[in-house]
Amino acid sequence: MNDRATGLELQGYLAEFGGPNRMLRAIELVKKAGYERVEAYSPYPIEEISHALGAHSKLPWIVLAGGITGALSGWALQYFTSVHAYPMNIGGKPFNSWPAFIVVIFEMTILFAAFAAVLGMFALNGLPRPYHPLFNVERFALASKDRYFLYILADDPKFDLKRTWDLLEKTECSEVTAVED
Amino acid sequence: MAKKRTEPDRPIQMRHPIIAEGHTPATVTDQISAVVLTKTPRWWYVGFAVAFSLVMVLFMALAQLFVKGVGIWGLNNPVNWGFAIINFVWWIGIGHAGTLISAILLLLRQNWRNSINRFAEAMTLFAVACAGLFPLIHMGRPWRFYYMLPIPNTFDLWPQFRSPLIWDVFAVTTYALVSALFWYVGLIPDLATLRDRAKNKFAQHAYGILAAGWRGSSRHWHNYEVASMLLAGLATPLVVSVHTVVSFDFAASQLPGWHATIFPPYFVAGAVFAGFAMVITLAVPLRALFGLNDFITLRHLQNMAKVMLATGMVVSYGYAIEIFMAWYSGNGFEQFMITNRIGGPYKYAWFALILCNVLSIQLLWFKRVRKSVPMLFVVAMFVNVGMWLERFVIIVTSLHRDFLPSSWDMYSGTRWDWATYVGTIGLFLALMFLFIRFLPMISIFEMRMILPEADEVKEGKK
Repeated sequence: MNDRATGLELQGYLAEFGGPNRMLRAIELVKKAGYERVEAYSPYPIEEISHALGAHSKLPWIVLAGGITGALSGWALQYFTSVHAYPMNIGGKPFNSWPAFIVVIFEMTILFAAFAAVLGMFALNGLPRPYHPLFNVERFALASKDRYFLYILADDPKFDLKRTWDLLEKTECSEVTAVED
Repeated sequence: MAKKRTEPDRPIQMRHPIIAEGHTPATVTDQISAVVLTKTPRWWYVGFAVAFSLVMVLFMALAQLFVKGVGIWGLNNPVNWGFAIINFVWWIGIGHAGTLISAILLLLRQNWRNSINRFAEAMTLFAVACAGLFPLIHMGRPWRFYYMLPIPNTFDLWPQFRSPLIWDVFAVTTYALVSALFWYVGLIPDLATLRDRAKNKFAQHAYGILAAGWRGSSRHWHNYEVASMLLAGLATPLVVSVHTVVSFDFAASQLPGWHATIFPPYFVAGAVFAGFAMVITLAVPLRALFGLNDFITLRHLQNMAKVMLATGMVVSYGYAIEIFMAWYSGNGFEQFMITNRIGGPYKYAWFALILCNVLSIQLLWFKRVRKSVPMLFVVAMFVNVGMWLERFVIIVTSLHRDFLPSSWDMYSGTRWDWATYVGTIGLFLALMFLFIRFLPMISIFEMRMILPEADEVKEGKK
């Protein structure tokens, strides 16, 4: 959907709301109309909105994998150094004295799992992303203050220049904007 | 006030609200981000100048140390561990309240923590930075500090993983990294707020880069909330493990006064106790200077006072059990250590410790004291001093008269010991001043979450 005059491409429609419940009701409407490529923006996490848009996170599995990797590498590091690379007889204890290794294994588990949680969150959210078409909308800066935004992307199969606009206009939003890039 | 008392079914938390009435997401955002985005107040320059001159004292002490070696400190042969380890344990303990507030209270859904967690986490980070300095500089050759890390090297040397000192390296490094991650993740949505509200180009770019393109979409928030909960779940056992491992440095030795099974829980309680005292010490001036009484209310201070009292009582129990076990063990060396600690040449330190950590906190039983901000500040200061004395007493009185009377000696810090210690306080304060100037010291998005507007989603109004 190329605009010949400006050379900009339509990315979607953005509706602005003054309160979370107004947006929630609009989400219901939009979902009922069959739209799939819908995103909602709020200044703080609202469980009901994520739920309404069917958000689910793979993050716990990533963190579990990170933790297991950390535990195994913590033990492998100590096994390798204490049994193979530099075996030392400390009070007659076995070289692979695993009870003494628990502390470092534990710390490595936490360390790897924490990095997995943070890097995983970034990856799943597609961050860092310095530029996004939404940043072109001046009022979108208020999404990090006190306004709520509902965004229907133009690549949604049901997206229609007029009908989608009208649908958003019908909700309790204060304004609908076309997002271009 | 009189009007409020006539409303009988007002819920209890409304009478002591965690956030003053009449706030909306917009007012919260404006008021907290204004601290960062408006002109620097004059007192900030004064405060930062004082802190920064203390950092210079630290640099001077470190330069002296690197040129002349640890001989400039008051260490001697029975007392091989002095100020360096005392300050290390003191600082790392202070850090623990930040993690406790941000992680454990998040898991327990104590939403009053939302207004104090950010600067408590910053406090953790800066305290760990000060703590981490001491193990590095107390080495004879600090430039060889990387020998403690498992790095392949031409000597084919590897760390000895059965030693609590190596456990400590891993525990403290992990703690520093995870605290930094937790803090940064917590900051991301607020950095986006600052990016969107900053007026000058440089600030917009700086906050924009740090915010990494955060847009606050429902998918972002969902993954973000999962990440926060998981990090909290990971940080909780971590914080307990760190001070446990620190206590192993002592408990795994065979010295009377150190070799005790009570050390891990007693150290963890002491860490939380010291940390909450430091949070109160910082919160009281900050809320007054920036006019943030609406967000850090009396309810927060009272809750922290209660945690301080509870953990202080656990610490007092630890002191009592140490004395009891010395008697009950029937071990002559243990008994001598206790009588020497209470009646020996360092008895004043021990009595001052009891005054600060056991007696002063008894005032917190009284609601009048918990409600009085100056009194809370005074008690917190007593605890800050008391926890330092506790480490001094544990370390010095256990070491200075060991099994062999011919090697007994007295220990006291030299002026370089004190300069290093005071210098780290300066470093801590200087970092704190920079933090409150450039980053929001209260988590803005978490404040929005505890506003009435957020509750309306559940009630379905508006």
